[in-house]
Amino acid sequence: MKYVLFICTPVGGEELSPAEIAEDPRFTSYIHEVRTRDVVKGGARLRPAADATTVRVQGDEVLLSDGPFAETKEYVAGLDIIEVADLDEAIALASRHPAALAGGSVEVRPVWE
Amino acid sequence: MSVTDDVEKAVAAAFREEWAQVVATLIRVTGDWDLAEECAQDAFAQALERWRRDGVPRRPGAWLTTTARNRALDVLRREAVGAAKLREAAVLTRDEGPYDPYDPDHEGDDSGVRDDRLRLVFTCCHPALPIEARVALTLRTLAGLTTPEIARAFLVPEATMAQRLVRAKRKIRNAGIPYRVPPAHLLPERTTGVLGVLYLLFNEGYAATAGADLMRSGLCAEAVRLARLLARLMPDEPEVVGLLALLLLHDARRDTRVDAAGDLVTLEDQDRTAWDRAEIDEGAALLESALRRGRPGPYQIQAAIAACHTTAATAAGTDWADIAGLYGELLRYVPSAVVRLNRAVAVGMAEGGEAGLALVAELAAEDDLAGYHLLPATRADLLRRMGRTREAAESYEQALALVENAAERRFLEKRLAECRSA
Repeated sequence: MKYVLFICTPVGGEELSPAEIAEDPRFTSYIHEVRTRDVVKGGARLRPAADATTVRVQGDEVLLSDGPFAETKEYVAGLDIIEVADLDEAIALASRHPAALAGGSVEVRPVWE
Repeated sequence: MSVTDDVEKAVAAAFREEWAQVVATLIRVTGDWDLAEECAQDAFAQALERWRRDGVPRRPGAWLTTTARNRALDVLRREAVGAAKLREAAVLTRDEGPYDPYDPDHEGDDSGVRDDRLRLVFTCCHPALPIEARVALTLRTLAGLTTPEIARAFLVPEATMAQRLVRAKRKIRNAGIPYRVPPAHLLPERTTGVLGVLYLLFNEGYAATAGADLMRSGLCAEAVRLARLLARLMPDEPEVVGLLALLLLHDARRDTRVDAAGDLVTLEDQDRTAWDRAEIDEGAALLESALRRGRPGPYQIQAAIAACHTTAATAAGTDWADIAGLYGELLRYVPSAVVRLNRAVAVGMAEGGEAGLALVAELAAEDDLAGYHLLPATRADLLRRMGRTREAAESYEQALALVENAAERRFLEKRLAECRSA
């Protein structure tokens, strides 16, 4: 089954840059694992929520607002699309993600197929 | 007795014994929870008719499973969308070999069946489902209760309960919750989760006032039945056996906890002759067999505490020092303020009120139990036993300001009145 792992980070927390992540052993061992097992089918690292622009359409008018669509304690910092056998495998992978270990959380959502 | 009565009895007995197994196997074969339930129901309806005509089969469970499976294959055959499932089901059926429930030589090995029921247990209690859904699903698919029965037991509208079950089944399907016994590295954690569901189920029933609501107190019997099933399926897990022992030892006292007027009767005032001896003996023997394995855990320790109470000939003969020690052990597994409060009671009884009060004071200085009526109620009881009735009355008043349950309120009011008139 395909799942998307939404990697969530607490608002106001310190975010590592992609360069820092490439050197962080917690991330490199995780990345090594998912590459070896070939379970990640895609994904993206996102810029912080402050750089988001939210688009709504009311009638003919396009409304823009600065920031993410909802005020939350956590925001999505990135996402991985994975393909594994079942939810237990997806949970196992999510629970080893460095973001989950470092005070953030990972939302596991099945892909609608 | 008429033949009809015998057949009805046989079907009712088969329902209690075999429902979980029939549903469990059908879920594995079809992968469809609703279809599995429908076909199981249908098989029991057919049994009533066919057993009357042909006699009760020697292995009712096998007959019911085969009948339900054939029905499922019929349904899937008629549905074009069922083609893939049908292929799967046909393969699974073939793997198990030709099957004739009336064949006396077909004794078979029931390990596959056992696995099916365990798969069902672990899937119903999967931690990705909300706890209310785990409880409801366990009662529906494992215990065979109907949706209206479960709704009544949990005091929610039928539509709410139906919705809860629909959502749970949908999540199992859509989120890919596996239908299997967890692998070894997940098993201890998941087993603890299953035991938690059964204990919660029991406590829901135990908290209900006896007689006032039969459906709710019936949950105790269901929890005991499910714990028995689990202990049969996992005989080598001492915590599983420990939970069954704990439930039996609690259940033995169930009817004496409330008097005819619906008022609470404390452990020391309960009529010990009315306790269920058979349940106590069974619980104590199970506990002993579990402890012999040398892998203690929170359920075995709680059962040991319950055994200290139920095996004491009189309230005064209770070994409180032993109980205090066991609560100390329990704290290593469950380091909660409520367990510490229980330990304070035991220490107060074993070593004298002052020692108990000191532990209660420690808890009161922390925030964990703020607003919990049993904190001042425990202090009040220790003071009352020490003859410090004026201070006890003050603590009873504090407890009364916090208590919600009506029966507990009446009990505290009675104690307060006794202290004031002392």
